[in-house]
Amino acid sequence: MTVDSFKFLPRLIAMFYRMTKREPQTPIPWTPLGRPLSECIFGLVTSGGLYPRGAGHPFDVERERQEPTWGDPSFQVIPSDIESSAVGVSHLHFNTTDVEADFNILLPIHRFLTLVEEGRIGGLAASNYSFMGYQGFPPDPTDWEERFGPEVAEAFINEGANCVLLTPA
Amino acid sequence: MPVLARTLEAAGLSTIFVTMMPYWAEKIGVPRSLAVEFPFGHSLGEPGNVEQQMRVIRQALDVLETAEKAGTIIHSDERWPHPTDLAIKAWQPEEPSPVIASLAPTFKEMLRKRRERRE
Repeated sequence: MTVDSFKFLPRLIAMFYRMTKREPQTPIPWTPLGRPLSECIFGLVTSGGLYPRGAGHPFDVERERQEPTWGDPSFQVIPSDIESSAVGVSHLHFNTTDVEADFNILLPIHRFLTLVEEGRIGGLAASNYSFMGYQGFPPDPTDWEERFGPEVAEAFINEGANCVLLTPA
Repeated sequence: MPVLARTLEAAGLSTIFVTMMPYWAEKIGVPRSLAVEFPFGHSLGEPGNVEQQMRVIRQALDVLETAEKAGTIIHSDERWPHPTDLAIKAWQPEEPSPVIASLAPTFKEMLRKRRERRE
C-alpha cells in the first residue's frame, strides 16, 4: 500500500501544498542506532500543541489569532509520569477532542511504558517535549532549527536518551 | 516538523518520524519515516484503541531498527477504520484556523483564475 498524503486534506490546502517546489538539503542527517532497541532510551516529541496544565501554559494562540501568519515556536515539557487529566492541548489547526481523550495518539507515553515492561526497548526518558506544529505562513522553522530543536536535543542527551519518536499532528 | 527530525538526528539522536504526509518527509528529507494513512491529529491511531496504537508503534520501531540509509520512508498497511468523508470533517477544527480564515478568499481566487486559464 502507498500512503496518499492528500487523502484527508481539504482541496484548497492540497492545492497549495502541491504547488510547493522543494528539494531536500543533502546530506540528510544520520545517526546510526549502534545498539539493540532493548538497550535504547527513548524520548517522545510531538507537534500536537500538548502542554501540562498547571505546570506549563498553553501555546500562544491568542497572538496567532491577532497575527494569523505567526505560529508559536516554543516547546513544553511533558513528564513521563504526568496524570492523563493534566495534559491540555492548544492548537488551532485540528480538532483536539480525540487527543484530549487519549494523548497517546500523539504522545504515546503509556504505550512506551508497556514496551519498556516487555523489554522491547531499554527505557523512556523522564521528560518528553511538545511543540505546536503551525510555524506561520509561509512556514518558517528557523527558531526550531536554530534554538528550540537543539535545546530539546541537548535535554534528551543529558537525560540519557539516544532515540526519539516524533509525531506531527 | 520534518525539520525537527533532522535537527535532533544531526545532534546525535536516532529518530523515527511517524507521518500522515510522506510527501513532506520526502521533500524535506527526513532520516527515517513510517507513513500512515490516518487523518491529521491521529498519527498513532484512535483514542482508546490500544491495539491499533501498538501496531503502528511496533512498525515504527521496526523501521528505526532496520532502515539502512537516510531518507528511508516505509508505508504502513494500516487503514483508517471510518469512511474518508467523515474523517475529513472530523479532524478539522470547528472554526477554521486564523490563517485559513484570512487567506481562503485569496486561494479561492487563485483556483478560479487557474480554472479560467484552462477553459
